[in-house]
Amino acid sequence: MNQFQYTRPAETAVAIKSLAKEPNGYFLAGGTNLVDMMKMGLVVPDKLIDINRLPLKKIERTPTGIHIGALASNSEVAEHAYIKAQYPLLALAINAGASPQLRNMATVGGNLMQRTRCPYFFDTAMPCNKRTPGSGCGALQGINRMHALFGASDKCIAVNPSDMNVAMAALDATIHVTGVKGPRAINIGDFHRLPGDHPELDNTLQKGELITSVDLPAASSAYNKHVYYLKIRDRTSYAFALVSVAAALHIENNTITGARLAMGGVAHKPWRLTAAEIFLKGKAITEDNFKQAAQIAMQGAKAYEYNKFKLKLAPNAIVQSLKLATGLAS
Amino acid sequence: MKKDAIGDSLSRVDGRLKVTGGAKYSGEYKVPNLTYGVLVSATIASGTVTALDTRAAERAPGVLAVITPFNAPKVPGYQAGAERPVRGLKLFNDNKIYFNSQPIALVVADTFERATYAACLVKATYNTEPFETDFHKNIDKGVTPQKGNYKDYVRGEANAYKNAPVVVEEEYLLPTEVHNPMELHVTTAFWDGDDKVTLYTKSQGVKGSQRSIAAAFGLNPDNVQINSRFVGGAFGSSLRTWPHEIAAAQAAKLVKRPVKLTLTREQMFTQVGYRPLTIQKIGLGATADGKLIGITHESHSQTAVYEEFTEGAVNVSQFLYNSPNVNTLYKVVPLNVGVPAPMRGPGEATGSFALESALDELSYKLNLDPIELRLRNYTDTDPERNKPWSSKYLKECYQKGAEAIGWADRKAQPGANKEGEWLVGYGIGCGAFGAYRGNAVAKIKLTADGSVNIQSATSDIGPGTGTSMVLIAADTLGIPADKITFELGNSAFPNAPTQGGSATVSSVGSAVHDVCVALKQKLYIMAGKPADSMEPIDYVAVLKQNNMPSVELTQESKGNPEAQKYSMYSFSAHFAKVHVHPLTGQVKIKKIVACVDAGKIVNHKTASSQMIGGAVGGVGMAMTEEAVFDNRYGRYINGNFADYHVPVNADIQQIEAIFIDKPDPVLNPVGTKGIGEISLIGVAPALANAIYNATGKRVRELPITPDKLI
Ligand SMILES: Cc1cc2nc3c(=O)[nH]c(=O)nc-3n(C[C@H](O)[C@H](O)[C@H](O)COP(=O)(O)OP(=O)(O)OC[C@H]3O[C@@H](n4cnc5c(N)ncnc54)[C@H](O)[C@@H]3O)c2cc1C
Repeated sequence: MNQFQYTRPAETAVAIKSLAKEPNGYFLAGGTNLVDMMKMGLVVPDKLIDINRLPLKKIERTPTGIHIGALASNSEVAEHAYIKAQYPLLALAINAGASPQLRNMATVGGNLMQRTRCPYFFDTAMPCNKRTPGSGCGALQGINRMHALFGASDKCIAVNPSDMNVAMAALDATIHVTGVKGPRAINIGDFHRLPGDHPELDNTLQKGELITSVDLPAASSAYNKHVYYLKIRDRTSYAFALVSVAAALHIENNTITGARLAMGGVAHKPWRLTAAEIFLKGKAITEDNFKQAAQIAMQGAKAYEYNKFKLKLAPNAIVQSLKLATGLAS
Repeated sequence: MKKDAIGDSLSRVDGRLKVTGGAKYSGEYKVPNLTYGVLVSATIASGTVTALDTRAAERAPGVLAVITPFNAPKVPGYQAGAERPVRGLKLFNDNKIYFNSQPIALVVADTFERATYAACLVKATYNTEPFETDFHKNIDKGVTPQKGNYKDYVRGEANAYKNAPVVVEEEYLLPTEVHNPMELHVTTAFWDGDDKVTLYTKSQGVKGSQRSIAAAFGLNPDNVQINSRFVGGAFGSSLRTWPHEIAAAQAAKLVKRPVKLTLTREQMFTQVGYRPLTIQKIGLGATADGKLIGITHESHSQTAVYEEFTEGAVNVSQFLYNSPNVNTLYKVVPLNVGVPAPMRGPGEATGSFALESALDELSYKLNLDPIELRLRNYTDTDPERNKPWSSKYLKECYQKGAEAIGWADRKAQPGANKEGEWLVGYGIGCGAFGAYRGNAVAKIKLTADGSVNIQSATSDIGPGTGTSMVLIAADTLGIPADKITFELGNSAFPNAPTQGGSATVSSVGSAVHDVCVALKQKLYIMAGKPADSMEPIDYVAVLKQNNMPSVELTQESKGNPEAQKYSMYSFSAHFAKVHVHPLTGQVKIKKIVACVDAGKIVNHKTASSQMIGGAVGGVGMAMTEEAVFDNRYGRYINGNFADYHVPVNADIQQIEAIFIDKPDPVLNPVGTKGIGEISLIGVAPALANAIYNATGKRVRELPITPDKLI
């Protein structure tokens, strides 16, 4: 780890200015991702701006839903009574991730920003366009078992590793950010990007911008009864998803009146399954309908040498998560 | 039963120290003037390092030295023609690179952080040469090992299985598994003058470490002091002295200050061994009523180009079942990888996965219960050596284990047994491991306050060695356990073998037993009674009568010559009950039962813990662990604890250990046979077989991750 400057401002405006002045600076939140990357030599910052003193920890109800401060810890969010009651999908997804110790440290803002776990990204002795643009993609012809099915490019086939983000996508989160040019709001669907020719960019946050909160709309709290977060992984806890599915349904008279579905571990961003959601609307709760929805969701999937199993595992997981959300399975 | 007797359940004598942080591990000694060493690793898999730019590192704050192949002080034991040559990798002795991540420099600085930072400033220039790490591509380059007895084995006719009425012929793959003890390997070394050195190091054998360090530096072993009182797990990774331990001493000599060298978790994957990737072919032939006619077991394992590693992967097939025809072949494939090391249940764990899986496959072909198949091929004498077993209660293991797992509820037909959506399966896997006994010496001291202290240079890598020794002494002397202390992990203590091969209780336990008997006899004589009298006496009163503050005795204990007449093994039957989800491939291991014949059990509590630990290791082997190479670079892609999956608590539900607990009459006076290895051997096939029973999917390539079950 190199020598770097460290500041810990108490005001948001100071933090933003501080970063704007420093081209090679980083905000430090829980540090569970950033500090690891510094130890591995993936990030060699000149300055760290510790944002933990900023007043961005609050979780509160608003007229339009709920406001979650960017510095609220993953555990605080997952244990928040109102979130558990109205947005249980979010709590389930967060609790499926990492370990209790990590969730106590990790923040909502940091989780949105966490970088891929692609092994080639993590090892400076191997090529990675995301880490070192132009060096090549180690995963494309490499061990790509954990990699993407959707929206990848020949520059990068890495996935976004977050569980929380999958639920955030299904729940239509809005991400509030602020920078020297002032605040703006970004829909979760527009926040993370696909790799395209610039895999070094994970998201559309501009240099110097700070995430201040994530807001969930009141409308999404209608999806609080029939929910499931299914995460398939190589061990029962403390492992990233091979694939995960966030499923939440609104059901009236045994008919699905609305569906929210998103997948993790399959793309460079949390992968909302909009076409499958549309299909499910108005349908009866049957395994057959779930299978059709899964089939729709999988259209356009493309596998690589070692992740072909995901072409089967992903649709199976969609079906199973829907069965679990609706009580067809337990 | 009397109190504190062999067969009790005594809590760990050092348990309080361990849970309160009072137990000091090798990395925790605060030696004055300490400096810190950090290794720099190569990023190519073969060739030479032609230059190392160390200028920036040397100029970095706090740096005392950067040791490289170009400036390293010579290690005598590394030189050609050395009197006591050091085997294996000779770190910094020349500029050759044999495997990716091989250390090429060692930075020493006044703090760990400064050493770590300076290490990343060292820049290497390489001359890269072609390398081979792809096991599958190079399997034809397998050779019969030069050392040890690994010649092809034939009993009766080779490949007789092929002509049998019922035949199984399959290949099984075990990926590379890394020991990954929780405690990192760490060595603190410091010199007293030029010819005396002390090491605090993670070691399974302080006497072995003493000999190796003495050989490396051309010293008298008496001038080498090794301390390794507490070890945070090792599983075989500390059976030998590794190059980084020698490098720590080399650096300490150079900077004339103590050096502490700690491997990183990433370096733990490449510097201290692993269970080698192994492909095994098994051929089984049987009569229609399930009598084995032939067993063929061929195994290929990876080893390093610079050092040969071997283990008994095919051994179990030679004696576990009665078959007139058996042939085995064992080859190693040298690759540009670090050298493997024995890992818990070395060889046998690998071999039994193949053999016991194949046997399960045979049971399906025969339409025979897997336990019944094993009973039909049960052998009351060792068919390999033509000798009687010293003791064998494997039948009892089958029976008790089957009862405990609920074998009666097993349905032979895969998929027939369901709980809700989950498919239910039961499996059995058996194992055996040689029961060994080495020579060991123990020293005992009885003091007039009634306390007893015993010393022996053994280790405790986790099983609770000290606790068992205290119990053996308490039982033999007939005094309470809390009056007795047992000290280990110090090379100045009387000689004991390295802790490995499940032999510690058998070897050191015998020495403790014998020294206690000798002390007792001496006290009886001092009391004017026959040495073998059964009449209780007050030891303290005897000392007082004789006006002695204490009495001391040293006793060596050697194997029983009678033992030559027998074949001696511990045996295990592991049972597993699993639930498998047919859509998602998720597996829940509902229960594991480990039923073992390991002779007399000295301490039930620590023995059960050890069985549970071994079973968890088996779960890792079967379900989660695999170190993955990218052969384009010859580097691991998951050399860290986030991506290399050791089992976690959530993977484990119920594990039950059952002991037959009948003393072996031959091996040693206590009647033990050893449980460290047997606790793991057979677990992986029990799980694989249970998963087949549930799903009808035969997974022959471990680990059994969800993708293999959908
Ligand atoms: C071993 C391990 C296992 C894990 N397993 C899982 C898992 O199973 N599922 C899962 O979802 N996650 C998992 N994680 C990842 C974990 O969730 C993230 O590390 C965590 O969410 C990051 O949050 P943080 O606050 O610690 O971020 P930091 O490490 O502090 O920051 C991460 C990045 O976000 C930036 N950042 C932080 N806050 C802001 C802000 N407010 N505005 C702008 N930028 C910001 C930082 O500059 C940095 O670039 C695991 C992590 C580890 C180490």
